[in-house]
Amino acid sequence: MTQKKTYALPNITTPNTNVKFNPARCNGCNHCVEVCQCDVYIPNPVKGQPPVILHPDECWYCGCCVNDCPRPGSIAFNWPVQQRAYWKDKKTGKVLRDSQA
Amino acid sequence: MTRWHDFIEKDGKAPAWPYPIRYDQEQEIETDVLVIGGGIAGCWAAITAARNGAKVALVEKGDTIRSGAGGPGCDHWCNVPANPLSPVDPDEWAAAMSEMPYCNGIGNQIQCREDWDTLVEMEQIGGKIRDTEDEYLGAEGRDKKSKIMISPRYTRNIGFGGDAAVRRPFKSNPEGKLNNCTIRIWGSTFKPALKKECKRLGVKIFDRVMVTSLLTEKGVQGARVVGATGLNGRTGEFMIFKSKASIVATAGDWSLYLLNTELAGYNTFRSRTITGDGNAMAFRAGAELTLMERTGVMMLATGFKHTWYGGAGDASYENVQLVDANGKKLPWPTQGWADGGAMRPTQKDMEKIIKGIHSGDYALPFYGDFPGMKDVERRATWDLMLKEESTCKIITDSYEKAGYDPAKHLLQNYSFIEGNSPQQWRTAGGGGPLVDWNLMTTLDGLYVAGENMFAAGDHSYAAATGRYAGRKAAGYSKQVAQGKAAREQITAEKKRIYAPIKRTAGIDWKELHAGIARAMQYFCSEYKTELLLNMGLDALKEIEEVHVPRLYALDPHKLMRSIEDLNLLTHGQIIINAALARKASSMMLNHFRIDFPQLDPAEWHKYLTIKLANNKVKIGSRPQKYWGDMVKNYEKYNKDYTGVYKRKK
Ligand SMILES: Cc1cc2nc3c(=O)[nH]c(=O)nc-3n(C[C@H](O)[C@H](O)[C@H](O)COP(=O)(O)OP(=O)(O)OC[C@H]3O[C@@H](n4cnc5c(N)ncnc54)[C@H](O)[C@@H]3O)c2cc1C
Ligand code: SF4
Ligand code: SF4
Repeated sequence: MTQKKTYALPNITTPNTNVKFNPARCNGCNHCVEVCQCDVYIPNPVKGQPPVILHPDECWYCGCCVNDCPRPGSIAFNWPVQQRAYWKDKKTGKVLRDSQA
Repeated sequence: MTRWHDFIEKDGKAPAWPYPIRYDQEQEIETDVLVIGGGIAGCWAAITAARNGAKVALVEKGDTIRSGAGGPGCDHWCNVPANPLSPVDPDEWAAAMSEMPYCNGIGNQIQCREDWDTLVEMEQIGGKIRDTEDEYLGAEGRDKKSKIMISPRYTRNIGFGGDAAVRRPFKSNPEGKLNNCTIRIWGSTFKPALKKECKRLGVKIFDRVMVTSLLTEKGVQGARVVGATGLNGRTGEFMIFKSKASIVATAGDWSLYLLNTELAGYNTFRSRTITGDGNAMAFRAGAELTLMERTGVMMLATGFKHTWYGGAGDASYENVQLVDANGKKLPWPTQGWADGGAMRPTQKDMEKIIKGIHSGDYALPFYGDFPGMKDVERRATWDLMLKEESTCKIITDSYEKAGYDPAKHLLQNYSFIEGNSPQQWRTAGGGGPLVDWNLMTTLDGLYVAGENMFAAGDHSYAAATGRYAGRKAAGYSKQVAQGKAAREQITAEKKRIYAPIKRTAGIDWKELHAGIARAMQYFCSEYKTELLLNMGLDALKEIEEVHVPRLYALDPHKLMRSIEDLNLLTHGQIIINAALARKASSMMLNHFRIDFPQLDPAEWHKYLTIKLANNKVKIGSRPQKYWGDMVKNYEKYNKDYTGVYKRKK
């Protein structure tokens, strides 16, 4: 196992990953940075890369960043575990849940 | 590398601030009409002022393209009796709305007369208001010819809530007929179209700028408003706006009583940018505010509870039959065609449900029975209503991605199992500057629109009043010259707002915000007495004198959040002072004084007002319905208005 350098970091705010970017698809156009009401993101210092999540603790889950991304599949919402929904199959009665990783 | 700590782990250092830093640098803009807040009301104000020939500047804390509560979308255009499918007379509807104590009759009259006109204009500039693709053929409420879809919400009732017992017959709408006063819309198309129209009309848009104060003639409190100052939240640049007329449209303040960023994100069922700025600025400038003692309990506080709509309500009660865990129907209105209007069970039904839960008659949890709906009604609810309802789209999309299918799955409801909000989690909504029939405040040259007005609360109200204020402000700006701002006022404001970046230690904005919120919870919530409220004023004063001077900010963004806190502080002070002044309890104002328990005694049936004169708090009052005859006055003040409204027979 390669040893990664260990830094002394404070606890990271939770949630810290209110969205997940897909670097294979996102072209770093920064449209999501512009539509965000609260400046949760900043542009990535490396051009063409997905934005950096700087203020995830200010996200109010309005969804605009994901809804308006011109390249669908680049950015996906990542609800905190405690806010995931439950539902039930009407036929089988099986209780289901948003278990997206 | 999309998270902040990825950079630390990779490079051992944080990324550099991505925007140029311009603290203290000034940019000056001169305009006829200045619009503060680029949400729904602000955009409409800007567009309409520009259409009326004014030079317009629009200043928005976020980005106008999606900012505000209505930025992501909106699915109901409420109180639109002037639409061709409604038999109801707008004046009769407005009068009925205004029977509610402590409403805003001026706003109601404007909304009822002009929000159909506004919606028609919305369509002209690219908003979708009809089922043009025939997706919902056969849906209840869909008009074949016009393809307009009447909403099942509020269809039989006036305004929100209520049950059949209090429904009233309308002269213009014989009993038993739907009133067709609310229209389903594709509101996600609205905000980008509004921004585009602003640009097309030459409105100068200043995004990412927070307006921090109003400038008054020669810097005198209570004098004419002649502009405003602003702070760019990315660069820290100082903005000076000089205007002949100004419109505040910064909505309300939903986080004064609660800060919860950890675990849940910042969510209070309104945009995170809503921090009482308009009220705080108008108050400092000397405007008279009213209904400031009114607060409401936050129905749901996200993070502490399940999220739906990003904070409020639950998908499983909107238009959907609620069933218990065994599939048994609950006596819960579905807001649909049968129960139109009610959002909650009547008290009697609620008692029955609670009893049933304890006796085992109703098994928890409850579910919304989407599969039990007719296909077209289910689609109209899930795909149109919920996907257009502001923050809901991201929720329904997430559920679907996780496998939820409304045709197959019952959606869990969180009523009861998550409990009620504590009384101390409140919203400061409800109060705002007093207005006249021009929507001018008590300060010359200062107008107000949308949720920033007292007693407002929905999208079409914001749009219609914004449009109206834009028209009036443009008219005013043609009659007056630019005013004289005072350099001393600007200098003092710069000193105030840049103080936190001059410090590197102390307390940050979050700690301050939470401290203010806690004081409000303790001293101005469920239990109100002279002693508690005065302790609240002391607590806020201590925060002002001891903790504000320790406030520090590391970058322009956190500086902006810090300045927001100072507005929250002022807002809290206004609210406590107003609560002290109303020495009576009131049901409608959600204002319960232990020391004055009598509910709504006749002598207190009035609007209390609060303002600063020589920096001293002054309390005044206006009688109920101070606006006089609504129809006569509306017509008197709008002789030249040529909307599409025609009096109905
Ligand atoms: C989830 C949800 C669902 C809703 N559904 C509906 C619906 O279906 N029908 C309906 O009628 N209503 C609905 N509403 C309510 C509706 O969205 C609001 O009533 C409406 O947006 C209010 O408009 P406004 O312009 O007054 O405020 P907003 O649209 O909130 O705009 C205020 C703007 O002011 C800006 N601002 C604040 N302070 C400053 C400052 N100091 N300087 C510069 N800018 C500032 C903010 O960034 C914001 O953009 C919903 C709201 C939510 C949250
Ligand atoms: S997620 Fe979408 S909007 Fe954001 S930078 Fe990537 S491609 Fe652009
Ligand atoms: S959901 Fe809204 S507030 Fe959160 S990051 Fe996206 S755009 Fe910003």
